[in-house]
Amino acid sequence: MNVVVLVKSVIDPSGQPRLGPDFLMDRSAEGTLDPTDEFGVEAALQLTAESGGTVTALSMGPDGAGAAVRRAFAMGVDAGVLVTDPLLRGADTLATARVLAAAIAQAGFDLVLAGVESTDGYTGTLAVAVAEFLDVPSATFARKVSVADGVARIERQTESGYDVIECPLPAVITVTAGSTEPRYPTLKGIMASKSKTLESRTLADLGLDAAAVAATQRVSHVTPAPAKSGGVVIEAGDDAAVRIADALDQAKVI
Amino acid sequence: MKVWVFAELTPGGPTPATLELLAKAHELGDAEALALGPGATSAAPTLGAHGARTVYASDDPVYADHLAQPAAHAVKTLIETHGPDLILFPATYGARDVAGRLQAKLGSTLMANVIEITGADAARTQIAGGTLFVDVVLEGPSPRLIIVSPKAFVAQEVGGTAEIVPVEVEIPEYYTRVRRIEQHDEPASGPKLEEARVVVSGGRGLQDPSNITLLQQLADAVGGAAVGATRAIVDAGWIPYSHQVGQTGKTVKPDVYMAVGISGALQHLVGMKGSKFVIAINKDPEAPIFRVADLGVVGDALVVVPALIQELVKRRG
Ligand SMILES: Cc1cc2nc3c(=O)[nH]c(=O)nc-3n(C[C@H](O)[C@H](O)[C@H](O)COP(=O)(O)OP(=O)(O)OC[C@H]3O[C@@H](n4cnc5c(N)ncnc54)[C@H](O)[C@@H]3O)c2cc1C
Ligand SMILES: Nc1ncnc2c1ncn2[C@@H]1O[C@H](COP(=O)(O)O)[C@@H](O)[C@H]1O
Repeated sequence: MNVVVLVKSVIDPSGQPRLGPDFLMDRSAEGTLDPTDEFGVEAALQLTAESGGTVTALSMGPDGAGAAVRRAFAMGVDAGVLVTDPLLRGADTLATARVLAAAIAQAGFDLVLAGVESTDGYTGTLAVAVAEFLDVPSATFARKVSVADGVARIERQTESGYDVIECPLPAVITVTAGSTEPRYPTLKGIMASKSKTLESRTLADLGLDAAAVAATQRVSHVTPAPAKSGGVVIEAGDDAAVRIADALDQAKVI
Repeated sequence: MKVWVFAELTPGGPTPATLELLAKAHELGDAEALALGPGATSAAPTLGAHGARTVYASDDPVYADHLAQPAAHAVKTLIETHGPDLILFPATYGARDVAGRLQAKLGSTLMANVIEITGADAARTQIAGGTLFVDVVLEGPSPRLIIVSPKAFVAQEVGGTAEIVPVEVEIPEYYTRVRRIEQHDEPASGPKLEEARVVVSGGRGLQDPSNITLLQQLADAVGGAAVGATRAIVDAGWIPYSHQVGQTGKTVKPDVYMAVGISGALQHLVGMKGSKFVIAINKDPEAPIFRVADLGVVGDALVVVPALIQELVKRRG
């Protein structure tokens, strides 16, 4: 089974964005693997450990995004591809989905795994758009994935519990955080990753041009939200409970 | 301007988020609703009362049993005949996937996490835990697709009646390859998070899963408070996911939000920042939660909470 796992590089894993003067996210610094995508990598490694096959980590971003793929190498994935091109700066979700789908199609796949939503973009729609471009079925919010006889069986998180979903391969599946604990790269994994090559692709390599990634949205303003004022912070002491109870009283909720 | 709302249906009727979106659609122009799946036709009066002039409805279970592909196909077909300018989706599991599929089918722009819409080409989102507003100009082919954050708008009864237009789109078998074979409910206990006037939430600072009981006792002592949680303790299995507050959980706007042993990560803040009054208890004076707190208490939650419960019980008499 050939698994492609989508890995996004983020600059600050706490989700604090850095904006450039043109309001675009400043992604020039060395990135790191989005913690959300560690779950996809882990799921890919577990699935192929059971049934054989290879795992390819795929990312789109500037050169610094190669760090995300190298971290996936250290966790144990077999191959890695970084799509990078000056035309992709500030790419929106439509362009990103189109580019990732083209790269996945070129690599060949039985299963694509992705995170539900990234730490700094959190649209949560990227993977289904990729599935639509690839014209394959998809299932999102998987908290458990297994594959048997070319069919994936998924426990899908819902608002009120979970559903069991069956999805024939090839398919795209997004996994939630908390699905499994991602492994930590071992020293052996880190050493082995040094011999793996990060393959680089441009838009032209994927048969795409500037028109294919033309922006459909543009940031016009960024403004600070009104800050909270008048908050007080006290040390816990004998009267902390009384102060809180008074506040609840004033809010007329007790 | 023709604004469609993709309705999310439950056995009890359209979801509150659906009605919030209709209020905005009604304000922006001609509001129409898409209701696909069991309960569609019976939801039409409620949708109409909240501003939908037309409800495109189909009760066919195909829309519920095969995830997003049948609905995306049907909506695309309806778009070709009726030409809406804008489609609003609630930020739910089902609706999000339909929006993502449509984006690729149409080559239309899709904007997520939207908190304000000012026209067919302008919307606002928030980043950095809600501390920055980002205004975005939407371009490219119509309809533009927008996924709206919960509680961005307030539902309103406008007292209209919707005309029901039956949806008779043929769904190719090709789009039914994914199937739902089981459904499991893990019902949350206690008052509903989104509706309670007081939410008492706990994080990793509670130290031990057994202290969830303490949180529950606090909620009871306040009276009718709902229990919330951070993703950290949901992932650790201390409490079911249905209690999670934040970016990947529920958005709450209660009169009082109490954060107990919660650091205040951006992804948590975005789900509770709209609360009227925030009380935080954390032993670390530098914890970011204090920046959004109206009343912060620096101290050990395991000491402060029992004392507070006692105080509340005493006041009850
Ligand atoms: C894509 C993405 C989506 C996410 N979505 C969500 C989401 O929806 N909701 C969510 O909550 N998180 C979400 N997170 C996770 C988030 O980033 C944080 O990791 C999480 O909110 C932290 O939970 P916490 O505050 O319980 O734990 P911690 O950050 O570990 O904080 C524990 C706090 O407890 C305090 N403490 C310790 N002991 C005591 C004591 N005895 N008394 C008082 N205080 C004490 C500490 O000082 C600390 O501030 C998401 C993350 C990502 C990447
Ligand atoms: N530039 C990218 N390169 C590779 N994968 C990506 C990229 N952007 C998003 N993804 C994948 O899509 C998921 C959802 O991202 P988002 O749409 O930003 O919420 C992420 O968790 C990744 O798995």
